[in-house]
Amino acid sequence: MSTDKQEREPLFSTKNRKLLTNPLNIDNPITVQVLGICSALAVTAKIKPAFVMALSVIVVTTLANLIISVLRNGIPPRIRIIVQLVVIASLVILVDQVLKAFVYDVSKQLSVFVGLIITNCIIMGRLEAFAMGNKPWPSILDGIGNGLGYGVILIVVGFVRELFGSGTIWGFQVIPEAFYELGYKNNGFMILPPMALIIVGIIIWIQRSRNPELIEEK
Amino acid sequence: MQEIFNIFVKSIFVDNMVFAYFLGMCSYLAVSKTVNTSVGLGLAVIFVLGITVPVDYLLNDYILKPGALAWLDPEFKDVDLSFLSFILFIAIIASMVQLVEMVVEKFSPALYSSLGIFLPLIAVNCAILGGSLFMQEREYQSLAQATSFGLGSGVGWFLAIVGIAAIREKIRYSNVPKPLRGLGITFIITGLMGIAFMSFLGIKL
Repeated sequence: MSTDKQEREPLFSTKNRKLLTNPLNIDNPITVQVLGICSALAVTAKIKPAFVMALSVIVVTTLANLIISVLRNGIPPRIRIIVQLVVIASLVILVDQVLKAFVYDVSKQLSVFVGLIITNCIIMGRLEAFAMGNKPWPSILDGIGNGLGYGVILIVVGFVRELFGSGTIWGFQVIPEAFYELGYKNNGFMILPPMALIIVGIIIWIQRSRNPELIEEK
Repeated sequence: MQEIFNIFVKSIFVDNMVFAYFLGMCSYLAVSKTVNTSVGLGLAVIFVLGITVPVDYLLNDYILKPGALAWLDPEFKDVDLSFLSFILFIAIIASMVQLVEMVVEKFSPALYSSLGIFLPLIAVNCAILGGSLFMQEREYQSLAQATSFGLGSGVGWFLAIVGIAAIREKIRYSNVPKPLRGLGITFIITGLMGIAFMSFLGIKL
């Protein structure tokens, strides 16, 4: 019993903590691994849908990582993609039904993008790269970490777009009326889809100038 | 007839998969380094969208829609299976991609060797599933409309990826700030292209 305990590494060892924190910065799923852009950008015109989307993705990556990691020795390699898709699709159906039941208006705003979590490359990517070869606990941490990394970018983009595009945060007016009387105008451009891409481009720029090892040579 | 043509043009320019909905961005960013490979992937996407959207339309129309099972037995007219659509659509897409891969390999080895590596990638391309989900959401009236929507979205995606690949080939000769090289500048260019494509929004069809 005691030897068993010595062999087991603590739940939050340095290695495990890295799994959780790396995706937030130097191994970010969106800006570094380039995964899951598709759904990231379309839902960020306001913070609220971005937040709901981020939460859904965290739930799905964590549970999918856990399930695949538990099953990993029983999945025949040839059909693993189908197995992964089935697991993800079932989880996404659950999330979709929960959203429809509790936050119907947000669910309507997200429209097809909830379904598109299935083909969100983050989830497939993490299953392939991590959960297929690791124990359940590190896989859970990896899922949470990558979900958070994705969520952080979503919320930052949502924050910038909502603040400058509508003058609100989470639906509350933050830019005082006096500014509008002085001639301040909301930047309608921010609401439009292309600005999301440009904001992510700028985030990448800032991140890479702070972490020069991420710069692509060519 | 005109309606079908309108849907086709609209899905290429006004509702462009990449610039208006950001679908299929993962492969769009990963495979757009050279024009040749992006033409291959673009063709494969047109092909697969042109097949999966009509198939999913039939599936939705005869099995999933609320009341769709009535053709089987009038008793089933209250059955609503639409919650199953995600899992069935993705299953159809995965199996169609597999089928297309086998057919192409059998009948056109030349096309297969140029598309080969891209076909499996397409199963997890958001543009394909997105096409089916938009088809379901917009409630197209006939198979022909769904098909023209599928093909049009594919052509729109093709135009987008070939355009960005051409720009990326040229931009290699320019002096982009170091941290922006590669991914960063591609995002910003895509944003600018999206702004250009927004001028099509004014078209009323």
